[in-house]
Amino acid sequence: MDEIVKDFLIESSENLDRLDQELVKLESSPSSRELLASVFRTIHTIKGSCGFLGFARLEKLTHAGENLLSRLRDGQLVLTAEITSGLLAMVDAVRQMLGAIKGTGADGNEDYTQLVEHLARLQENSFAAASPGPPPVKAIAPTPALASEPEANLVADPSRIGGVLLERGQVTPSDLAQALRQQEAGRKRIGEILVEQGAAHPEDVLSAQKTVEARNPEAAVETIRVGVNLLDRLMNLVGELVLARNQLLQFSSMRQDAGFQAVSQRMNLIATELQEEVMKTRMQPIGNVWDKFPRTVRDLALSCGKDVRLEMEGQDTELDRTIIEAIKDPLTHLVRNAIDHGIEPPETRKQAGKNAAGVLMLRAFHEGGQVNIEVSDDGAGLNPERIREKARERGLVSVQNATRMSDRDIFNLIFLPGFSTAEKVTNVSGRGVGMDVVKTNVEKIGGTVDVQSTAGKGTTVKVKIPLTLAIIPALMVTSGGERFAIPQVSLLELVRMENGEAGKGIEMVHGAPVYRLRGRLLPLVYLNRELQLPFDPSKEAASANIVVVQADGREFGLVVDEITDTEEIVVKPLGQQLKGLTAYSGATIMGDGRVALILDILGLAERARVISARDSALHEKEAEGTATSETEMGRQTLLIVQSGDERRMAIPLSLVARLEEFPSSSIEMTGSQEVIQYRGQIMPIVRLSRVNSDAASEGPSLDERRLQVVVYSEAGRSVGLVVDRILDIVEDTAAVQTPAQSQGLLGSSVLQKRVTDLLDVPNIVRNLVPGFIGATSERRL
Amino acid sequence: MPPTQQFCTFFLDGHVFGTPVPKVQEVLQHQEMTKVPLAPEVVSGLINLRGQIVSAIDLRRRLGLVDRPAGQLPMNVVVRTNEGAVSLLVDEIGDVIDVQEDTLEDPPETLQGFGREVVTGVYKLSGRLLLALDIDRIVDLVDLGEPKRNGEF
Repeated sequence: MDEIVKDFLIESSENLDRLDQELVKLESSPSSRELLASVFRTIHTIKGSCGFLGFARLEKLTHAGENLLSRLRDGQLVLTAEITSGLLAMVDAVRQMLGAIKGTGADGNEDYTQLVEHLARLQENSFAAASPGPPPVKAIAPTPALASEPEANLVADPSRIGGVLLERGQVTPSDLAQALRQQEAGRKRIGEILVEQGAAHPEDVLSAQKTVEARNPEAAVETIRVGVNLLDRLMNLVGELVLARNQLLQFSSMRQDAGFQAVSQRMNLIATELQEEVMKTRMQPIGNVWDKFPRTVRDLALSCGKDVRLEMEGQDTELDRTIIEAIKDPLTHLVRNAIDHGIEPPETRKQAGKNAAGVLMLRAFHEGGQVNIEVSDDGAGLNPERIREKARERGLVSVQNATRMSDRDIFNLIFLPGFSTAEKVTNVSGRGVGMDVVKTNVEKIGGTVDVQSTAGKGTTVKVKIPLTLAIIPALMVTSGGERFAIPQVSLLELVRMENGEAGKGIEMVHGAPVYRLRGRLLPLVYLNRELQLPFDPSKEAASANIVVVQADGREFGLVVDEITDTEEIVVKPLGQQLKGLTAYSGATIMGDGRVALILDILGLAERARVISARDSALHEKEAEGTATSETEMGRQTLLIVQSGDERRMAIPLSLVARLEEFPSSSIEMTGSQEVIQYRGQIMPIVRLSRVNSDAASEGPSLDERRLQVVVYSEAGRSVGLVVDRILDIVEDTAAVQTPAQSQGLLGSSVLQKRVTDLLDVPNIVRNLVPGFIGATSERRL
Repeated sequence: MPPTQQFCTFFLDGHVFGTPVPKVQEVLQHQEMTKVPLAPEVVSGLINLRGQIVSAIDLRRRLGLVDRPAGQLPMNVVVRTNEGAVSLLVDEIGDVIDVQEDTLEDPPETLQGFGREVVTGVYKLSGRLLLALDIDRIVDLVDLGEPKRNGEF
């Protein structure tokens, strides 16, 4: 394609984006001459260029728009919503034509006759409607006769060269008007025309130009247009440089050469600085995305019959362009949602005592190396009851969980796939796709989404995203002989267990390994097992490295063989052949030139079932609950089990040695006592269903094939307590609310909103296992 | 004089394969590879090609041939595809030869073992046959089924 056409396209599409905003702004201040002049100029430029480039259809359309605008500018017309819509439609049509030009090189077959006629009609109708009334804008509203003599009402526009010259009396109004007419006809600049005609001195024109540039700083900023490809390439090269730098540093640390070390240190600093600067070239203000929203909001509010005022804060907040691209759609969706679902119709708002116009607020700011973006509305807010109901209806959460969850957790359910509370499906939203896609897309770029809402007051969706994706700090680990990078953002802390501690420190709950991290249970994932790599159980029993990570608000421990170092790594995508692997988010090249995979913590967690998309919200709550409780006194961790007829029982976790599962066939008898061979011992078995219930109702053997057994140990001997199900682990004060009515129980309490019996395990064991006499039988717990 | 085309040839388990020269970006000696756990078994690993990360596909496995004997190091034929460069692991690299289009025949019906769908045709060279490979199909692993994933979601 022609260079000129290319430039024209780039310039025009930028101008059009600005036009959208300006027209919407114009609607609120219809008499702003400045805005009108700018809008007019933009359309005029496009018209001029396309005439020159031979796009006749485009010229015809922009000409119609220009005519309408010139009347507005000259004050012969007052801007109405109808005219704005007409002009916006024109902008859309122009955009389509530009698209066609980009694709085919021609301005398409569509000639928009109807639109052109509509624009012409707007010009006439509104004029007819406006003229009988009082003069519309300002006192200078000209009569049609005057309008044909523009010089008569030529106003010195101090932001243009002609205006400056006029202001200084260096050119006569009539010369200027004539030159302006010529300028509109041709493509020469006003200064050139004036000088050619001898109407102004070249020096005066030059000085006027300087004045204009000084007055419009934007026009004079020294910028050049650089292709995005070039920037990407530059970024790649810097990535390479960073790798080479890492290699060099590794190399220099092995040498004793002071001179060499100094040079490599210097190289290190320069590379770091260069990296930062190149990153900056790719940074764009988030305003670039937001600029589209005034138009979106206007159109949407009109079609929903709502009155919405858009406010923005922090447009200058900068983000890497890849991230800008990635959040465009999620943000648009959030904005649409807020207008469609959040903000109420004007009547409803008035009834609720609010301003008829709803406010949609966009806020962006930097915080802790991340960018926060908030989309908030002052609408009706989310209704937790309705969400709860809906989630239950759709089977997204169990009845029990739904009642247990806090409002905040409930709100976050809207991000689950297949969730929509919209009563009716509109073409805007309510199809049940959307919020989950928003979440997925934000998480794809390493971000998080959270929603907060107050009924009647409004809803705020907070999106947190990293500044850049290209170069990230990461922790390097090895597992099964391979190296992996764990992005620092997922990292919480590191735990190392040595000298055989690992065997004791890592416990099994329900077949799953856990670690007690400051009193709470941290689920563990063995990286080698998860990735099907070779491993050595004996080594693992001796020592272990736990990398505590978080994904989706849920913490877990990743057990790795070795933790090496933290490094800045350059993220590179994996080939299409490996796209299906959710365990990795990419790969990087290490200092030694070898490739290492970058772990996708979220993908890994889902793979390992540490979290599932469905109940992560629940887990989050539990994690929070346990994290805060530790400091409070009198709390303890309780294992909740179910046994016989839906009875819930709680056992202090400190009394639980292990949780095991046995086939029921492994039960043997000694005398009348059921036993199981366990770790070289004969372990007596107690069926908790027989504790304080009608023993007759439960047969001696449940025909379940697997037995869930809670192993209780005292003085080196163990007893197995058979339960029906292991329900949960909670932290609570476990205050006895009803004293014990029978032996074996300490009493009852309400845990997780349900009545739960607190078991007196030592007592049960002593009563039901005759041979079991602990060495320290006096010790009560 | 019938039209000719230049082919880059390579050997796999005694067979001669080839692909048009413009498809081939470069040929490399054995490269160190990083294994990708959980990946489809035809993907041997990742190599660092001057800062670019490239998947290496074991052509023997891709074509359903027996595995390379232990200790024999494969060579890399880096090919251009729509999705970027991909390395194909071959036993040994052959010459670049001119083949005449009129010596081309459809792959025989009996060609079952090494995925008929990736062989575009057979050139009859003097004394041996050259199997022409469809690179874009070879690097597309979709028909091999999704890589192992974590069950239901």
